[in-house]
Amino acid sequence: MNGTIAWITARGLFGRRRFLLLLPLPVLMIGLGVICRAAGVVPEEWGDAVILGLGFAVMLPVVSLIVGTGVLGSEIDDGTVVHVLAKPLPRREIIFAKLAVAVGVTTLTVAIPMYVVGVLAHSVGLGLGLVGASAVGAAAYCALFLALSLVTRRPVLLGLVYILLWEGLLGNIVRGTRVLSIQQYVVTLADEMSPTLLLEGKVSVVLAAVMSALFFLGATALAVNRLRSFSVAGETS
Amino acid sequence: MIELTNVSRWYGNVVAVNDVTMTLGPGVTGLLGPNGAGKTTLLHMMAGFLAPSRGTVTVNGEPAWRNPAVYRHLGLVSEREAVHGFLSAREFVLASARLHKLADPAAAAQRALDLVEMTGAQDRRIDTYSKGMRQRTRVAAALVHEPDVLLLDEPFNGMDPRQRLHMMELLDRLGAAGRTILFSSHILEEVEQVSGTVQVIVAGRLAASGDYRRIRRLMTNRPHVFAVQSSDDRALAVALMRQASVAGVELDRAGLTVRAGDYGTFTRALPKVALAEGIRVQRLLPSDESLESVFSYLVEA
Repeated sequence: MNGTIAWITARGLFGRRRFLLLLPLPVLMIGLGVICRAAGVVPEEWGDAVILGLGFAVMLPVVSLIVGTGVLGSEIDDGTVVHVLAKPLPRREIIFAKLAVAVGVTTLTVAIPMYVVGVLAHSVGLGLGLVGASAVGAAAYCALFLALSLVTRRPVLLGLVYILLWEGLLGNIVRGTRVLSIQQYVVTLADEMSPTLLLEGKVSVVLAAVMSALFFLGATALAVNRLRSFSVAGETS
Repeated sequence: MIELTNVSRWYGNVVAVNDVTMTLGPGVTGLLGPNGAGKTTLLHMMAGFLAPSRGTVTVNGEPAWRNPAVYRHLGLVSEREAVHGFLSAREFVLASARLHKLADPAAAAQRALDLVEMTGAQDRRIDTYSKGMRQRTRVAAALVHEPDVLLLDEPFNGMDPRQRLHMMELLDRLGAAGRTILFSSHILEEVEQVSGTVQVIVAGRLAASGDYRRIRRLMTNRPHVFAVQSSDDRALAVALMRQASVAGVELDRAGLTVRAGDYGTFTRALPKVALAEGIRVQRLLPSDESLESVFSYLVEA
């Protein structure tokens, strides 16, 4: 873990206006939870929609996408990545530092509203379960989106396709796609950490745990390897 | 020391660099060529940011590609003026020193900032700097680990004359201190003022290489075409034909088109001839001064 890279990455992340995009979803999530609770709606009626429909299906992947593609992708876009790469550092050191910042920021952004909603809907136990599952999800998503920013010039677009089409659409229609859906792992893990009637895992716990780890490790290894042969486009291209 | 052996690089069907072999040693070398000649591609390959499609690129004997260890002896100032604008110059150079894992990063950063004379504004955000200041900051960051080799891509672009002079002096000093400095430019005068040796690259090929004076002579002594208008074109044409420096004269309604053997002799001879014949020259226009024509002439030479 390289402190200097983490420091530059964090300053870059919070220094860009893009950072403000992180705020609306968590605020919306807490707002909905508070309104439902204040209006006296039973948690069974709104818990699933807010926690799963908004939290796990939208907020977690979208925040991960913004942060995960932001830590390295925005530096590639504006060319500042060259300053970091022109140093005698093993490439894994750069990826690890960027990933640590991404996962940390995403977890922090997602865990707070998740915890609040979990407590409002059920109990502190659910809140903590949601926090734990969010952290796992943040790690897997961020690793995936960080790797995407090295694989393609359009990481945000490709990331959105994954979130909306693969996880959002196909995940509900074609059961087989759930095996490769981080969202399903996260829901299963949350349900396992604090079993309630609000959430229902659709894949097995073992599969969720193993596949989350595989996504995280595989994407990280891919990112390190791609960064080793990172090419700067010449004047002719 | 940088060595390129039979280096080519292509993008699909487009050949950007074509079979270039060169060795760069201590001192300042200018990489000269028109825009799109492949200078940046060449520099990127030397800096390990691009794999050669064929051939080898080594820096101090080590391959440049997929080998972060070369950055211990290599500094790069790329053309894209990309800096972390939210940092101050001191933070930026200090971060570079830390990433190089230097023993005393703060002292190294201060020394580098001193060298480029950026200590005055070092605590302001880079966003607020002028182009020349940013450039100097980037040079400081590239120099913080005192590399043997410094590569600069179009370092004088967008600088005002004073900043340019300052940068030239800096490069001169670094070269005199025994470092290998390579900078690219598409402007002959820039190269002339700084460097002892020149590598001219045209359309991806190494067109000429060696002492800049020889290349400069090649460039100034090449045939020139001038458009001339005077009070008596016909008489001037006759008088000019007697000059050894004139290869041919064409007379038409718009005036004279004079083909001169070399630039200097002809431009010195013309006023004397006109004066002696009592002819007033109203217009003298060199008609093939585009850089491309200069370079294409060099390729033929």
